[in-house]
Amino acid sequence: MSDHTATADLPEDIAALIGVSQYPITATFPVERGYTYNTLAATQNGNPLYWDEAVASEVTGGMTALPTTLSLWMRPHFWEPGAEGEQVALQVHFDLKARFELPEAVMTDNTLILHDPVRPGDVISHAQVLRSVSGPKTTKLGSGRFWVIDIEYRNQDGALVGIESYTGFGYRRDSNGGAS
Amino acid sequence: MNVPIPVVAGDLSAGDSLPELVVEVTPTTVVLGALASRDWRPMHHDYKFATERNGVADIFLNTPNQAAWFERYVTDWTGPLGRPGRMTFRMRDSIFPGDRMVFSGVVTETTTDEVGCSWAALEVTLKVGDRVCSTCQVRVAVPANSDDNPWARRGDRWVP
Repeated sequence: MSDHTATADLPEDIAALIGVSQYPITATFPVERGYTYNTLAATQNGNPLYWDEAVASEVTGGMTALPTTLSLWMRPHFWEPGAEGEQVALQVHFDLKARFELPEAVMTDNTLILHDPVRPGDVISHAQVLRSVSGPKTTKLGSGRFWVIDIEYRNQDGALVGIESYTGFGYRRDSNGGAS
Repeated sequence: MNVPIPVVAGDLSAGDSLPELVVEVTPTTVVLGALASRDWRPMHHDYKFATERNGVADIFLNTPNQAAWFERYVTDWTGPLGRPGRMTFRMRDSIFPGDRMVFSGVVTETTTDEVGCSWAALEVTLKVGDRVCSTCQVRVAVPANSDDNPWARRGDRWVP
């Protein structure tokens, strides 16, 4: 996707993870209509497909979740019984930050490919695949590496509902604490 | 169909413009968007973390929420029959409270795929003042005519 993400000479343990499916997870809660209202409200989205049951029934055969909410159904609760430490989505991203000792990170690119509609009651599963890691790069934020992580989402019937790709930039701010 | 159909494939041409959307961003815009996408990372709600740890100017709009804004912008134009198939965006600069987001878009191509689905390719730009913050390429299915419904497509008949 990005010209700065071509896989560079990498430590063996990271190179071995390229293309490997990691962290297969099934959501602990189903897709729910009530939560989709938060995204509709946050973006002032009045699409009747998500507000009017008659329109939803006529167009999609019933209520659906906004396509761009795909990732939210897999994001962990901030806290749950038995869990230790911060619960994070996209664990591969945080693994890379730790492995390269890059304390900060931002996302720079995102691709969504949308397949079957997601509906209230669906239980979504996904796995993460590291596609590439760049060599050392310096941007206005600091010095670090870019990486690309793909995620494939399926519903409880195994149907593909979407594929998402993130480009992240893990970095360390320069010694002056400012832009380099 | 008994729903509004503001856009039909045959009426579209490359170069057509979408109406602009202007949004004033507040701290609530950023925090609500982050929580709506279940994104609990502190740079989207904690000013000190964003400025002192991340080294940016303020808390900033998170990625899934930006995707949702692009979706809203596109489906405002297509109406409910518009079905997003693919969206790729690059975030060149962050969106902060106090920013005035301006979305604009242009049709770059119209096509009909091998299974008869009509598509519009769009180039959407999100600017704050003269600053291009994000650019987004969207492939959205639009009805071929008033009887067509892209959402009715399943399996091999949907090639996003």
